[in-house]
Amino acid sequence: MAFNIYDFTPLTKSIHDSLSASLNPTATLAVEWLIVGVAYLLFVALFGLFLVYAERKVCAAFQQRLGPMRVGPWGLLQTIADFIKLLMKELITPKRADKFLYNLAPFIVIIATFMAISVIPFAPGLASFDFDIGVFFVTAVSSVSVIGVLLAGWSSNNKYSLIGAMRSGAQIVSYELSVGLALITMIIFAGTMQISGIIEGQRDLWFIFRGHVPAVIAFLVFVIAGTAETNRGPFDLAEAESELTAGFHTEYSGIKFAFFFLAEYINLFIVAAMATIVFLGGWMPLHFGQFEAFNGVMDLIPGLIWFFLKVFAVIFLMMWFKWTFPRLRVDHILNLEWKYLLPINLMNIILMTLVVLLGLHF
Amino acid sequence: MDSNILFFLLAGTILLFSVLTVTTRRILRAAVYLLFVLVSTAGLYFMLNYNFLAAVQLTVYAGGIVVLMIFSILLTSHISEKAKLAGMKQSLLSALTVVAGAILTIILLMNHQFTASSEPAVSPDVQNIGRHLVSYGENGYALPFEVISILLLAAMIGSIIVARKESLAANVKPTDENPEK
Repeated sequence: MAFNIYDFTPLTKSIHDSLSASLNPTATLAVEWLIVGVAYLLFVALFGLFLVYAERKVCAAFQQRLGPMRVGPWGLLQTIADFIKLLMKELITPKRADKFLYNLAPFIVIIATFMAISVIPFAPGLASFDFDIGVFFVTAVSSVSVIGVLLAGWSSNNKYSLIGAMRSGAQIVSYELSVGLALITMIIFAGTMQISGIIEGQRDLWFIFRGHVPAVIAFLVFVIAGTAETNRGPFDLAEAESELTAGFHTEYSGIKFAFFFLAEYINLFIVAAMATIVFLGGWMPLHFGQFEAFNGVMDLIPGLIWFFLKVFAVIFLMMWFKWTFPRLRVDHILNLEWKYLLPINLMNIILMTLVVLLGLHF
Repeated sequence: MDSNILFFLLAGTILLFSVLTVTTRRILRAAVYLLFVLVSTAGLYFMLNYNFLAAVQLTVYAGGIVVLMIFSILLTSHISEKAKLAGMKQSLLSALTVVAGAILTIILLMNHQFTASSEPAVSPDVQNIGRHLVSYGENGYALPFEVISILLLAAMIGSIIVARKESLAANVKPTDENPEK
């Protein structure tokens, strides 16, 4: 095994070579699909559990508490215990629900999440897809997940669920615009939608520094709209527990509820990862143009660690929002998107085009 | 061979769910079956390596139009509602039309000579599409692009005016007694 923490291309290539040496091409492809699928399943399950744990710890820190401390060291095994409890719970279906749609909805949400995560590169050579529409593909696929939320709310035959789903739908559909336009601003700057191309363009300096003013505005808009798109606080009125018990997933229990829960946290990861890739250089270490010595030191830290450090920084920022700001009202949320973020975004695109045309960037 | 299996899988899904879309009696299920048809069509585009069109299909149809349909169903119908079964006369006539249409299409397909084009393939990557979309020279689509933009803008303004709460006439001539309303 040619293992190298800095570049995973030799590792994946050696796995491919050893497989194709002993199997015919079709079987090789099937086995590789299986490996990739299991790897993503494991990553999503474990990382989702870890994010739940991180959220509880961050929340506790903001509220001057310790958070989970009993199960395992520092409560590290708490979410695993919670998950086992969830798995053993009875699956309840409401009597007058539309059973087919009720059971289908969690799968639509989780499949959309898996498809969006598939294009994200974790380290050099550690990505399953890389095609010319990379960034666009993520926004296209994540626009499907709202259907799962709407179906879940409607098929539960419950007023709270329906109201939660309507709120969530209105919110996601509106904020998708801002997410897309903020990404378009950066695509104008990068000149490509291919994720490997975007990361390569940040070899000298990350885009948020190279693009200065318009890039910083786009980053702020992206993080705000991304928080809203994942239905997290302060935009969590789809599941506002004091008004709607739990919103669209009120009637779900056991593993089906776990799907919604997991998808929510993995969507948080996807938004943070997209912010990392487009604004903060993905797995690219921090480089300053011609400072060779500094760049050399930064290159000693592997890309995998760079990627997760930046992702966790963005995730922490979004958790900070959730536990600091009070929940917005539905008309405030729609006003924020249509009267502030959208016009700012459109002006920002023109500003970015000017910056690129006149070469005013670093 | 691999792509053949995938093609038949996708084609089978499209056929099955197209039929289910029109035969189900629950309106929201019809919308969901339509979603499966549209997503499978996006899968066909991915198989053709036409990634851009596939992503557009997902955003516009799956993420846009189906969401709009589901929204309007959520607002207008109740979960227990079922469409009425069609009457005898109606089903017979529509079955006749469908069979006749299918026979006509199959006969036309069988008799048509499909010839492979000898022209070099145009690359379907995003940069190529973008260049053609806004260029006005050879193979440029700048004029249709702008015309469609104006059409969409007009449709947007029209829908806003239709959806306005107060009537347009009241807005044109504001009354002096009650300027706030």
